[in-house]
Amino acid sequence: MSNRRVAYIAGVGQTEFKRHGGIMDRSQFQVAAEAVLAALADAGMTPADVDGFASFSNDANEAALMQVALGVPQLRWMSMVWGGGGGGSCAAIAQAAAAIQAGYAHTVVVYRGLCQGQSRRFGRFGEGRTHGNFVHPYGLFAPAQMLALQIRRHMYLHPQIHEEHLGMIAVNSRANANRNPHAIMYGKPMTLEDYFKTRYIAEPLRLFDCCLESDGGCAIVVTTESRARDAPTTLVRILAAGHGSGPGWGSGPLGSQNMPDADYGSTNSRLIARELYASAGVSPEDIDTAQIYDHFSGMVLMALEEYGFCDLGGSGEFVAQGNIAWKTGKLPINTSGGQLSEAYVHGMNVAIEGVRQMRGQSTSQVDDARLCLITGGLGVSPTSALIIGRD
Amino acid sequence: MAYFPASMPKPTPNFDDRDFWNTCTKRQLRFQTCADCGEPRHPPGPVCPYCSSFKVRWAEVEGAAVLYTYTVIHHASHEAVAGNLPYVVGVVTFPDLPNVRMVTNVTNINPSLVHIGMHLRLWWDDVGDGTWIPRFSPVDKLPA
Repeated sequence: MSNRRVAYIAGVGQTEFKRHGGIMDRSQFQVAAEAVLAALADAGMTPADVDGFASFSNDANEAALMQVALGVPQLRWMSMVWGGGGGGSCAAIAQAAAAIQAGYAHTVVVYRGLCQGQSRRFGRFGEGRTHGNFVHPYGLFAPAQMLALQIRRHMYLHPQIHEEHLGMIAVNSRANANRNPHAIMYGKPMTLEDYFKTRYIAEPLRLFDCCLESDGGCAIVVTTESRARDAPTTLVRILAAGHGSGPGWGSGPLGSQNMPDADYGSTNSRLIARELYASAGVSPEDIDTAQIYDHFSGMVLMALEEYGFCDLGGSGEFVAQGNIAWKTGKLPINTSGGQLSEAYVHGMNVAIEGVRQMRGQSTSQVDDARLCLITGGLGVSPTSALIIGRD
Repeated sequence: MAYFPASMPKPTPNFDDRDFWNTCTKRQLRFQTCADCGEPRHPPGPVCPYCSSFKVRWAEVEGAAVLYTYTVIHHASHEAVAGNLPYVVGVVTFPDLPNVRMVTNVTNINPSLVHIGMHLRLWWDDVGDGTWIPRFSPVDKLPA
């Protein structure tokens, strides 16, 4: 490790998680502010300790207004990651880490507040989509339908991946959610047989291959090593953080499907995965648990391949062998229930679970977990990822 | 009869793609091509990603296509499609345009028979107001 500054995660916070439209008693902005304050309290901090905010996906809860609302005396960093839906979740954390490492700020809170009942449901047709002219007249409206095209192509090229393997991702998340009282699907167990009884949304994706649509807020405090040492929480270091995209993805899955042929059936993570491991100085075998952005089960299978946990096309077998299961598998994933079964807060809840694993506080705790991979939204542009570790 | 009801969203052409949709009104399917390096591209955009040229020409395709991937949609994410369920959205490629892929519908076929690699033929769907949408069907099952 060089002597450059290193960024740490000193606090995490969240509100209650509800189904879409479930939080109507207060504004989305208030929900975001509650999450920020909860994360600061977790870090033993107050708004006076904050000098930066970061978010993504055109979060409507603007940093300038958050500063006003919380009475932050001076901001030195405000950043927003362009586009990509949840693809920017780890990117916003990466930008916060970059601000800390470069010395532009000392404490940046990354947040996302999402109340779909106060804006719109993500699983529905929405006006104004870039390149919407090339998808809407054909009835291609929602991310599940769009990413089903990539998943179908990947399964065609790798016919050893079956729909049963999609189901195993969904069942795994549900099992983890049933140990997490904060999960929306807590108390609702699901077997593979139950999974196969549900209807298709967009083949090969069934209802429970698709993430929840949720209301809730999440926040993460990124700060310097010295401030993290003063916090009451376990030291969780950001070993590597990155975001970006291969060519052609900006108008890709959510647009006109013109990403390169060699990369089409992928999560757009091959380039970032290689650089992330190199930057952290670790390899896939070193990762104890992964929190993989699970908007759709098939994208998780592809991510297991691209992040090097199994060979290209080998994700189905990897999952069928029990490798992702808590707590016997060698790589338990999405241990809070993920976005398939805990909540969909654009990946921020997935990132918080990674921090809990490093602190030993997960409801599906991996024994002696020291390194965790976290990804942002997959198969979009940008995508993003982190490797975090317990010191 | 248009394939979807009249409430289906129509393209609203913009600076970058209006030439594409204008040629569709003449029932011609043309893709933007760099006038300098000759590489075709889609969706239309102002600059060539291969050589940075702003000069464009338009290459017409005859209408033969191959299915690259598809999904059978069973859920209405817009009320306009509720009566069409299930319907097939496909991505097609064209023999002479290797970098171009187009989202479209595969029609006139039982969805369970759709498969990657199948050969398709272009047909034009009159959705009203002078707008024509390119859709595809199996070669031997073109709509009348």
